[in-house]
Amino acid sequence: MFSKTLVLGAAAAVALSAGLAGTANAQSRDQIRVVGSSTVFPFTTAVAEAFGRGGKFKTPVVESTGTGGGMKLFCAGVGPAHPDLTNASRRIKKSEVEQCAANGVTQITELKVGFDGVVIANAKGGPAADFKLEHLWKALAKEVPVNGKMVANPYKKWSDVDPSLPNEEIELIGPPPTSGTRDSLNELVMEAGCHKVAEVKQIITDAKALSTACMSVREDGAYVEAGENDNLIVQKLTANPAAFGAFGYSFYDQNRDKLKTAKVNGVEVSPETVQAGKYPISRMLYVYAKNAHVGTIPGMREFLAEYTSERAMGDEGYLADKGLIPEPKAERDNVRSSVTNLTPLKM
Amino acid sequence: MSAGNSRSLYQSDEFATRLQRRYAAERRFRMIGIAAIGMATLMLVVLLGSIISKGYTAFLQTEMRVEVTFDPTDVQERNYAAILRRGLYAQFPDATDRASRRALNDLLSSGAPFALEDMVRQDPSLVGTTRTVWVLADDTVDQFMKGAISRDTPESQRPLTDAKIAAIDALSASGALSTGFNTTLFTSGDSREPEQAGIWGAIAGSAMTLIVTMLLSVPIGVAAAIYLEEFAPKNRWTMLIEVNINNLAAVPSIIYGLLGLAVLLGFFGMPRSAPLVGGVVLALMTLPVIIITSRVALKSVPPSIREAALGIGASPLQSVTHHVLPLAMPGILTGTIIGMARALGETAPLLMIGMVAFIVDVPQGFTDSATVLPVQIFMWADSPERAFSERTSGAIMVLLGFLILMNGLAVFLRKKFERRW
Repeated sequence: MFSKTLVLGAAAAVALSAGLAGTANAQSRDQIRVVGSSTVFPFTTAVAEAFGRGGKFKTPVVESTGTGGGMKLFCAGVGPAHPDLTNASRRIKKSEVEQCAANGVTQITELKVGFDGVVIANAKGGPAADFKLEHLWKALAKEVPVNGKMVANPYKKWSDVDPSLPNEEIELIGPPPTSGTRDSLNELVMEAGCHKVAEVKQIITDAKALSTACMSVREDGAYVEAGENDNLIVQKLTANPAAFGAFGYSFYDQNRDKLKTAKVNGVEVSPETVQAGKYPISRMLYVYAKNAHVGTIPGMREFLAEYTSERAMGDEGYLADKGLIPEPKAERDNVRSSVTNLTPLKM
Repeated sequence: MSAGNSRSLYQSDEFATRLQRRYAAERRFRMIGIAAIGMATLMLVVLLGSIISKGYTAFLQTEMRVEVTFDPTDVQERNYAAILRRGLYAQFPDATDRASRRALNDLLSSGAPFALEDMVRQDPSLVGTTRTVWVLADDTVDQFMKGAISRDTPESQRPLTDAKIAAIDALSASGALSTGFNTTLFTSGDSREPEQAGIWGAIAGSAMTLIVTMLLSVPIGVAAAIYLEEFAPKNRWTMLIEVNINNLAAVPSIIYGLLGLAVLLGFFGMPRSAPLVGGVVLALMTLPVIIITSRVALKSVPPSIREAALGIGASPLQSVTHHVLPLAMPGILTGTIIGMARALGETAPLLMIGMVAFIVDVPQGFTDSATVLPVQIFMWADSPERAFSERTSGAIMVLLGFLILMNGLAVFLRKKFERRW
């Protein structure tokens, strides 16, 4: 009896592995596949769900692979084995466009989704603050200029950096280096703040060394890496009112009862200030589409139309409910027309 | 007990103190043991307590009663939102301006019109009639009814405006809001709207993945264990294989994901996010565990059984299949189920092969895109909406339930078929 079950089991295993080999190559897709940034993920998934609800097409599958990982998959080639769209929390790089072209992905349409603001916030009970970018840099950089020399960051309290800041220990809970939010912090806070401190440029003349010095974050516990999960940062902030946190706007939007934001360069974060370009820590989010897949993968054109529709990315669209800060109306119209015409990206 | 007091003539003082010290050492050890168990239990209680206290509300969901008239033209245009809105506005005759109507619309789940559409599809005779239906309320309404949103917080800081709270109060006063069992959680796939999100898609994905894992890893694992234990010569090669199998059991699971990405997706060109691929990867991961536990189970069958079988003329294969394997079965089953339970809780290798994804449709086959239960938990934990945090805990409770079920089954099977010599 047991020998029989064994033989049957073995036969099943063999049949299964034969089945595996059978699926190879013989695949076509009737479902859109999206990869890329975890920052754009909540927005693209909302669009995918609304698109699937329309009933004509299957709901697209959206993977969260990070911007860089998504670009790699996206640029790997044309055909049903490769994703149709990729989310990006930054613009596609020239090197990535070249990589794409080398694999036959020559025509790419760029869709500007809208803005993502990075907020600096703390618990309701904590102190109010108005940071200047250079304050943030001085508080977080590994080495800062003191008396004409770069020394290991001596600042213990925010008020040491600038008397106008709260008299509290410096503690900023933020994303780890793998996160797209960290990329924005590096670029929009560390780099921009660094360039406002004139002494740094006088001390370090080499451009490369300057950029490294600007981007290096201190490792003595003042900057706390909290993992990819922004909910965790919110929890830590409520537990520790003296600490500040840096995370995406949508998480602040959902936790207004627990958190308050700090001003940056005197500007309060809000959809209006981000739209107007006044709030300094915000970035554009992108989705890239493979033109070659329009027509071969069902629903590509319709999905892009849904994404750029007013009910999605408009001022009162469902993406705004999810925490996206929409672009101004004129810009949205531009995006819509370039996506409808599948205008290929030119670098 | 009172060893120190009743001392016989032949016992020296040193003996008495030594004896007492030994008793004391034993008592200390017991105390430490109890403390260790106590600590572990405390941790477990805290963990389970926090999950359950956060998560039990996920099994409840607020619904709203609306009286709707299935207008034939609206049905034809699939404008079910309009049907629903008319019913809702009828309960608030005062709300005539755009802003207050918009506020009322926000109280309903964006999935509610689709529920009406499904009703009409199932029963076309509804068209033209007026019915009382219960539809999903928005997650903010749900959170408010569960007390997660307080009316004491200033208006600017909560997701519900004063006008909406007034409308909710009016609705619940007239009995049009009720909180009942959350069936959506167990019947639908993922969604970006918490009130429409369910774990059925993830459970189906997990089940399919585990079926593939089991079909591959159990026959191969058991066959390998039998050969290695009963037939293989003991030489340098089998030693090498044994060391490698033990090694593989300790390899971090993400490595198997990388293997799956390179070989299954890259070389064989299999579809991304498919339970088939996930199952193969997890089968590779559980194989060493099954081989090792099966070998231990086979080894624990006394040699006298084999010798007796061979003695009355059975072939080596017959002695194994008729006697050794049935006797080792409880141990093999236990190992298999524990291996499967580990595979059920795994996410890291699935990340590489695209099963960490937002998938709304419930998978229908082994090559459909699917996700699994732990991945679903991971993705909900990362969502900004407050209502997802209770659903995260709720889904963890379901996963724990499955794990307890599987481990309980392992214990039961062992107890039922166990033989002692």
